Amino acid sequence: MITYLAKRILMLIPLLIGITLITFAVIHLAPGEPVDMQISMSPKVSAEARQRIREFYGLDKPLHVQYVQWLGRMARLDFGRSFAPDNRPVTDKIAERIPITLSLNLIALILEFGIALPIGILAAVRRDTMLDKGITVFVFVGFAVPTFWLALLLMYFFGVKLGWLPISGLHSLGSDRMGLFAWFADLLKHLILPIGVMTFGSLAGLSRYMRSSMLEVIRQDYITTARAKGLPERTVILRHALRNALLPVITFLGFSLPGLIGGSVIFETIFAIPGMGQLFYQGVMMRDYPLIMGILVIGAFLTLIGNLLADVCYSIADPRIRQGRT
Amino acid sequence: MSAIPSPTRASDKAGHEVTPVMDFRNSYFYAVFWKSFRRNRFAVTGGAVVAILFAISLLAPFITPWDPAAINAYQVLTPPSATHWMGTDELGRDVFSRVIYGARISLYVGFVAVGISLVIGVMIGLASGFYGGWIDAILMRFVDIMLCFPTFFLILAMIALLEPSIWIIMLVIGVTSWMGVARLVRAEVLSIKERDYIMAARSIGASDMRIIFRHILPNAAAPMLVAATLGVGGAILTESALSFLGIGVQPPIPSWGNILTSGKDYLEFAWWLSLFPGLAILVTVLAYNLLGEGIRDALDPRLHR
Repeated sequence: MITYLAKRILMLIPLLIGITLITFAVIHLAPGEPVDMQISMSPKVSAEARQRIREFYGLDKPLHVQYVQWLGRMARLDFGRSFAPDNRPVTDKIAERIPITLSLNLIALILEFGIALPIGILAAVRRDTMLDKGITVFVFVGFAVPTFWLALLLMYFFGVKLGWLPISGLHSLGSDRMGLFAWFADLLKHLILPIGVMTFGSLAGLSRYMRSSMLEVIRQDYITTARAKGLPERTVILRHALRNALLPVITFLGFSLPGLIGGSVIFETIFAIPGMGQLFYQGVMMRDYPLIMGILVIGAFLTLIGNLLADVCYSIADPRIRQGRT
Repeated sequence: MSAIPSPTRASDKAGHEVTPVMDFRNSYFYAVFWKSFRRNRFAVTGGAVVAILFAISLLAPFITPWDPAAINAYQVLTPPSATHWMGTDELGRDVFSRVIYGARISLYVGFVAVGISLVIGVMIGLASGFYGGWIDAILMRFVDIMLCFPTFFLILAMIALLEPSIWIIMLVIGVTSWMGVARLVRAEVLSIKERDYIMAARSIGASDMRIIFRHILPNAAAPMLVAATLGVGGAILTESALSFLGIGVQPPIPSWGNILTSGKDYLEFAWWLSLFPGLAILVTVLAYNLLGEGIRDALDPRLHR
């Protein structure tokens, strides 16, 4: 197990270097220079001042030197200062936003698994019945529905028309004067719509995946054996089939992460939630290069960690993997 | 977004997907394919909707009752009526006409973006699968790295650096969505290149290029077709989300996404601005996904009973 883990962690190094290389390339291959934006805001900047800014950001050096310097600073978690008027360190800005985005995604992920897995199992067990067909239709609609549009409709219906739920932010005005319980209830009310839409958006993929994984397992000989022994169907499905059918689902967790994190841009922008996605969107609109680079690297890094966790879980669940057999 | 890898496809140690070779030049193959496809009502419906959308895009000037760009200060934000079937927007433009013209943009973006991602994915997949060794190792690590980035972050960053325009959107969606295709093509190539007819081609001295493009590529076409069809739906969704955020197709060009942007701004007064363009996206993406899944099922011999 330890050798497997060590091997798996060593493999991260080239990936990490690749991630930083691509991030660096994306920013530096684009026409124009990062300083253009700062300079264009004050047209009176002289040639010398321009040169000074270039030197300050190290832009006068050759690209590979810039890359190595950037890499060195990043290793110390220093992503530079934001170009935004507040001019704060990017690391601080990201650090205060990440917990919000991660906890929202985590809640949505737990709900997603709690709902999608039973749906998928049910569809597989009751294959070709009306129930299965109904679930299939739901899954296809879930795939095709633009989540930001669904968010708009729900905001209109529950927020504007019925006035039941707040449609933006995480807290009401004056929530800081509320008691703990009222404060928490207020937060929950604000979370229902965003979390609901996030969960719905990812239900389709997972339940479909669970269904086909379950169908694959049910076809195996040992399931026939279990049935032939006269075990009740419930035991066959939940004890014998489910364990193996859940294995591929672990990997699904790994590769659904980039989508989840990326999707936070849309949800946080619509619902005005102050998370990393909203920060990134604001950074993009202002061409805040240090911020964009910082979030890209951190986003990819989070995915990498997620994949690692998924692989480790998989190897714990399936001993064939860690012994290098397939 | 929509192409989830299916765990039902068996694969062996080297990652070959065990799919039989489908040859589009074979008329028997067509007959079997068509027979199975026709029986799938969902797929046929999807195909029909896609065909109708094509017709609408081509005939847009003849279908639309109003000029999609015509501003009318006396008809601002009017609800749906006999004259304006889907109401009017904040500038008094006819929403129905704008949604119809939006179909053009969506199909355009969908097809070009998927075309770009197919070209990149196929080239990388072919090179990786055919040559193997260090070429394969490097290219597949590149795929892994690209898959690490939260896709939407990468797309936003690239668009922010370039000016948002319809061309940039198509390009950026294309260069951020080819990884699945590359893996798929690689797996196909790995299984095809071991076959006897490749050996035969080699024995008569066919060049690598001839083997790749003449013998391997056509035989890997079927799964590529499925990936492309599903990809169009995904690209349309991405484009609409980008346009909705204001960094996609720029007004005054009508796109379903940017109509929804004003839908959000006038949510309290004009539900029709939000409802119809979203429905258009839903129906279109649904149709492509149903068509793609239908083609996949029809190509899968295990389902032919």
